Amino acid sequence: MSSIKSLMQPHRIVLMALFAAFVLWCALSLRWDWIPKYAPLALEGLWTTIWILVVTTVLGFFLAIPLGLAQAIGPWYLSAPARVFCTVIRGTPLLLQIWLLYYGLGSLFPQFPWIRSSELWPYLRQAWPYAVLALTLSYAGYEGEVMRGAFSGVAKGQLEAAKSFGMPRVTMFRRIWLPQAIRNVLPTLGGETILQLKATPLVATITVVEIYAVSSRVRSDTFIVYEPLLLLALAYMVIAGLIGLAFKRFENQVPGRR
Amino acid sequence: MELILEWLGMTESAALLSLSAPGWGANLLRGLANSLQIALGAFGMGLVIGLFGAYGKLYGGPILRDLLAIYTTVIRAVPELVLILILYYVGTDLINKASGLLGYGRVEISGVVAGIWVLGIVQGAYATEILRGAIQAVPPGQIEAARAYGMPTLMTMRRVTIPAMMAFATPGLANLWLIATKDTALLAVVGFNELTLETKQAASSTRAYFTFFLAAGGLYLMVTLCSGAVFSRIEKWARRGQPSLKEAST
Repeated sequence: MSSIKSLMQPHRIVLMALFAAFVLWCALSLRWDWIPKYAPLALEGLWTTIWILVVTTVLGFFLAIPLGLAQAIGPWYLSAPARVFCTVIRGTPLLLQIWLLYYGLGSLFPQFPWIRSSELWPYLRQAWPYAVLALTLSYAGYEGEVMRGAFSGVAKGQLEAAKSFGMPRVTMFRRIWLPQAIRNVLPTLGGETILQLKATPLVATITVVEIYAVSSRVRSDTFIVYEPLLLLALAYMVIAGLIGLAFKRFENQVPGRR
Repeated sequence: MELILEWLGMTESAALLSLSAPGWGANLLRGLANSLQIALGAFGMGLVIGLFGAYGKLYGGPILRDLLAIYTTVIRAVPELVLILILYYVGTDLINKASGLLGYGRVEISGVVAGIWVLGIVQGAYATEILRGAIQAVPPGQIEAARAYGMPTLMTMRRVTIPAMMAFATPGLANLWLIATKDTALLAVVGFNELTLETKQAASSTRAYFTFFLAAGGLYLMVTLCSGAVFSRIEKWARRGQPSLKEAST
């Protein structure tokens, strides 16, 4: 109830009225007649954005677990490559990585006849595998660093207790270490997932048609500049808000943290 | 030197990357200089916005606080690429309208200025949050003591708050600087000749994609590692006189 009460302060009512007036002005005096024509394409683009986001975060997270583990407790021949990988991914722009994979690998593959004749070739000729690969590696690089901190942040006593009960190492990792590590970094993971959402429009530069690409197409077809961009920004804000809410629900499920 | 290159089978790449005419090295370095210029400008502008934003959020009235909350939330929820496009069009539109009202013709806006203005506003939102947290971490007694001696606000800011918060703000600001250098790559999408776009042009006209993209990656990585070293020195300097974290925790 307190949130409604805090919204009812006089200056906030004025601000909300101003905002409503702005929305009304947008709706009335800007051009929206292109929407019916482009709506199916926009929905398809939205779907592409969402599946790319989900697939790359899930795959990237599974890659990040060994990366973090290698850096936290691995011997030097595992931890050094993991650290180099994270540094390189975090030290270069994502756009450059995407272009390196798409143009570099894309120009390399056709030179090998056995790749051209393989069954994967129809997929390798499209853009989305490169987009998914680049975004997955990028998420894994950032998350590997986060998981390193998470794994070393779990209290030693927990692991010692598990060991003293004779738990096998894999069970210990699965039941004690991993769940606690993930719980500790849930807020960071939420933030990183929103960052990943904000990285998805970059794949439009390699001809993947997601929602940003749709808005650019509306812009170049109809010469309407602001309306598609405003709608696009709104769409991203809604998705970011939904991700934030979802992670808040996860965090509330963690006992003893309220 | 040449022997080593030949032994590695990299003579061709070295020729492509050489600084003189047939090579593209000079173009890449020019792109790097452009990128660094924009990153520095945007980072500086972000710091100024962030300082005022943080003060506004901490000490401002309710309206200012709400407006700043909207600013930081919106900027941090919308992809940088979309913001760059929106701010770029809004900025050029506004300037052209203003110059039209004043009786001048259309104004051509240089890419560097546009890039700094666009990225500066984005950086400002992040800097606001970082500096707000850092100011809050300063023991309030120190600021109250300065006030009790009748120091004017600006002098308190200059002599007490900023030096005391430096130690807390440096890690966040170091991250922000790295984001600034990497975000300059996004300006390639609006057609500004910074390192990434120069690289792509060089790569697509010579078809040597791996050579150029790896070289550009190396340049970016060098910038990252060098700034990491610089910022760790700054942090050490900002923490001088404070007990080190290791001693405090044991």
